Amino acid sequence: MNALFVIAGVGVLALVAEIVNLKRWLTAFVVLGLAAALAFLPLFTNHEDASAAFSNMLVFDGPAVTFTWLIVIITILWLWMASGYLRDSTHQTDKTSLVIFVALGAVIMASFNNMAMLFLGLEILSLSLYALAGSRKDSLSSIEAAFKYFLMGSFATGFLLFGIALVYGATRSFDLVSIIKVMSENQGQMPGYFYAGILLMMVGLAFKISAVPFHFWAPDVYEGSPTAVTSLMATVVKIAAFAAFWRIFGWAFSFASDTWLNVVYGLVILTLVIPNITAIYQQKAKRMLAYSSIAHVGYMLLGFVGAMSAKMVDPLFIILYLAAYAVSSLAAFSVLMKVEQNGGSFSGLYYRNPMLAVTMIFALLSMAGIPPLAGFAAKYFVFILALKAGHVGLVLLAISMSLVSVYYYFRIMISMFGKEAEISPIAVSWGDRLFHLLLILLMILIGLFPSIPFLDQIIGF
Amino acid sequence: MITVFLIFFPMFMFLLLVGMRHRNPKWLALAGAVIEFGVSIYAWMNFTKDSLPQFAYDVPWFTGLGMRFSVALDGISLPLVLLTTTLIPLIILSSSDKNFNRPSLFYGLVLLMQSALVGVFTSFDILLFYIFWELALIPIYLICLIWGTEKEGRVTIKFFIYTLAGSLVMLVGIIYVFMSPQPGQPQGFDIANFMALGHTLSPKAQGFVFWAMFVAFAIKMPVFPFHTWQPSTYTQAPTQGTMLLSGIMLKMGIYGVIRWLIPLVPIGVAEWGTTALVLSVVGIIYASCIALVQNQMKTLVAYSSIAHVGLISAGVFTQSVIGIQGAMIQMFSHGLVVFGLFYIIDIIQQKAGTADLKDLGGIRNVAPKFTTAFVIIMLGSVALPLTSGFVGEFLLINSLVQYHVWIGAIAGLTIILGAVYMLVAFQQAMSGEAKPFTASFTDLSTMEKVVLYPVVILIILIGVYPAPLMSVSEPAVTALVNSLFQLSSSIQP
Repeated sequence: MNALFVIAGVGVLALVAEIVNLKRWLTAFVVLGLAAALAFLPLFTNHEDASAAFSNMLVFDGPAVTFTWLIVIITILWLWMASGYLRDSTHQTDKTSLVIFVALGAVIMASFNNMAMLFLGLEILSLSLYALAGSRKDSLSSIEAAFKYFLMGSFATGFLLFGIALVYGATRSFDLVSIIKVMSENQGQMPGYFYAGILLMMVGLAFKISAVPFHFWAPDVYEGSPTAVTSLMATVVKIAAFAAFWRIFGWAFSFASDTWLNVVYGLVILTLVIPNITAIYQQKAKRMLAYSSIAHVGYMLLGFVGAMSAKMVDPLFIILYLAAYAVSSLAAFSVLMKVEQNGGSFSGLYYRNPMLAVTMIFALLSMAGIPPLAGFAAKYFVFILALKAGHVGLVLLAISMSLVSVYYYFRIMISMFGKEAEISPIAVSWGDRLFHLLLILLMILIGLFPSIPFLDQIIGF
Repeated sequence: MITVFLIFFPMFMFLLLVGMRHRNPKWLALAGAVIEFGVSIYAWMNFTKDSLPQFAYDVPWFTGLGMRFSVALDGISLPLVLLTTTLIPLIILSSSDKNFNRPSLFYGLVLLMQSALVGVFTSFDILLFYIFWELALIPIYLICLIWGTEKEGRVTIKFFIYTLAGSLVMLVGIIYVFMSPQPGQPQGFDIANFMALGHTLSPKAQGFVFWAMFVAFAIKMPVFPFHTWQPSTYTQAPTQGTMLLSGIMLKMGIYGVIRWLIPLVPIGVAEWGTTALVLSVVGIIYASCIALVQNQMKTLVAYSSIAHVGLISAGVFTQSVIGIQGAMIQMFSHGLVVFGLFYIIDIIQQKAGTADLKDLGGIRNVAPKFTTAFVIIMLGSVALPLTSGFVGEFLLINSLVQYHVWIGAIAGLTIILGAVYMLVAFQQAMSGEAKPFTASFTDLSTMEKVVLYPVVILIILIGVYPAPLMSVSEPAVTALVNSLFQLSSSIQP
């Protein structure tokens, strides 16, 4: 709870830095602030332990705490990576504080216990993000991305609100615990518009996690936004959206899973197939990474379906997947940023700066799910969950799609070793080198020892 | 601890090579490989010749999931570890006159590959096995990509996707077995628990698991019809990459069948083993016939490798002691022979500028030492008595004849066909009049002798006196076949 105050305070203070002229130390201050926020988090690991706040509007239970840890750590890593973007041109303080508010919204989305708070968290996150997407004001594509994101995002929020209203009408409550109570009291006797409300909420949230067929905004927005902001969308925002999705569907509505699980099957199949196939045809690495980010949603949803069928209430596999994906895609986007600053072509990157190329190789291998890297451990648990629930067909589909993904990931790899490339070395600062090394280490560590942060808690299943 | 050292020492050398940017990475890598070889010989000397795993190291890894870091050496893994540690220094030496760009990365990757290969051959936990299995793919992919001859990377990506497809299907099979315990049965990936899980599967499920795993192994070997990635990959890879692929990596598939597939699903193997055996035999004939009409020596040896491996795989699926023993010795022999052949082709390519049989001829007159080495290695390949190839192929064909006379007879054609295409190739390249390409051919240099002579000596030594090698694997193979026999007799009423 106090963590939330700390994050909000850091965000406000970041704005003040403009006035008192402390821009130099801003990023360091913000990172320290976020780290301090972690210290205020309770150390819960399951649903039963919880600390509620604001008369049960927010509940920091085990999953919320774990999601918050992940969100804050990834935000810190992102700040390290994007310090160049933040310092770039004007509005450093505005951008920094907007990022902090994104994290704030994300934490609320991970810990809400009331639909009103879900809406609030989502809007804090989204509004900051719309502004960030358009933060490069001299670039037409950035403005286009912001506008597109804004229009589509408000549309999706409309769906979500409509759904919340219908659910409220049926249960007379915004409070998740009361909704669960009403549902279990009237088993199967809920009015039809309650289920309509659930489906509308699913549309709204599927939009936020960018599941197919609600993904059309993602490639354009990802491509148009400044690369640093794109990587924020692919990591922190995705974590928050999944946290909210899990809290609503994996927990609150899990009683009614018979009614909506079939819809998720459809989402899984579409989200596995379409982005993976589309990514093959992309010519720009950034757009390809956007499609790959949508494709990973498919694997997470597959694990979600497996967990739901097996009546598993722990989201740790999603957290593991998100952690693995976030670390790998931070590495990929970080290299992409460096490449964009130096001509924008991956061709011959290995000869221009081997360290960048090696980081990219690790990122791509991890995203493709090759052991012993993080992406493999994540996919492995997804497959285990899905097979446990008996979805052999879906797993085989997911496997063939990850083979397809190898093809487009490796195209980047092949071009990095392209033989007839101009040789103009790319200079990389020691800070960035250290950052890349850290990410590589994280990918290996999460891959080899997923049990240390996460697994021992899944083991009960 | 010896096993752990054997696995992680090359990985340490890899980090050292890549991180340190040594001025002479080739010699540093060679030193590492020689130390590794010495340690493996030490392990061989101290190996007690029985069926039990030795030098074991076993600690829990993913605690609750039953995955362990469990490695050991037994009679089936030791010969393959020895093959790996013998060939890697030779492969490094064989590149001594080459100037790769980024040599430290190249030799580092070769050693990383060695680490993964030894890991594959010594894992006693199937998930660990799987991780090493996949890890081995990355260095060889990079070696083919960076130092290969093609520009687009199409062949290498085909190779990668092909083998990855196999391994992912295998992963599904592994998880499937893990997920279906009988009530009260412990789940686990370590060999004892995992095999017990496999034995209790229903016959239909065993068939499913058999195919899931066989496809992965068949692609790696490769067995017909999963071989289409192989000739193009062998041809375009740098010579050292081809040596790694054909000399050692292909044995991963056969090893997988012996260690994991056959003991895991005995009913599945009983039901589908014959199909796999027939596929292997078809591959023998098919690949031999294609090899007959090849002019490029590298492609020819690539196809001959499919034929040889088909025979080994067929022998393994007879599930008899002589079949598997033959496979063990033939894997070692084939590794040596194919390494020698690819090195010979590399020498011809460098000195004559071409390895096309139509442009070659008359080398015998100018390079007698080279010719002698070529003859002996070639005879090892066509399995002449007193060469290493003979011991293995004799046992394999013997086992096939006992399995079924006609299958044995058809598989036996491999010796005749093999003799034909190898001798024809030899004749075209070596005898006759010198052609423009071969006029300035020079005999072996010292470095080439250092690489080729040990291979030649080993081929003859194993052919004359195979006992030291065979006695290592015999108790383990006998125990394996006996346990299969007991299982099948306990299942059938």
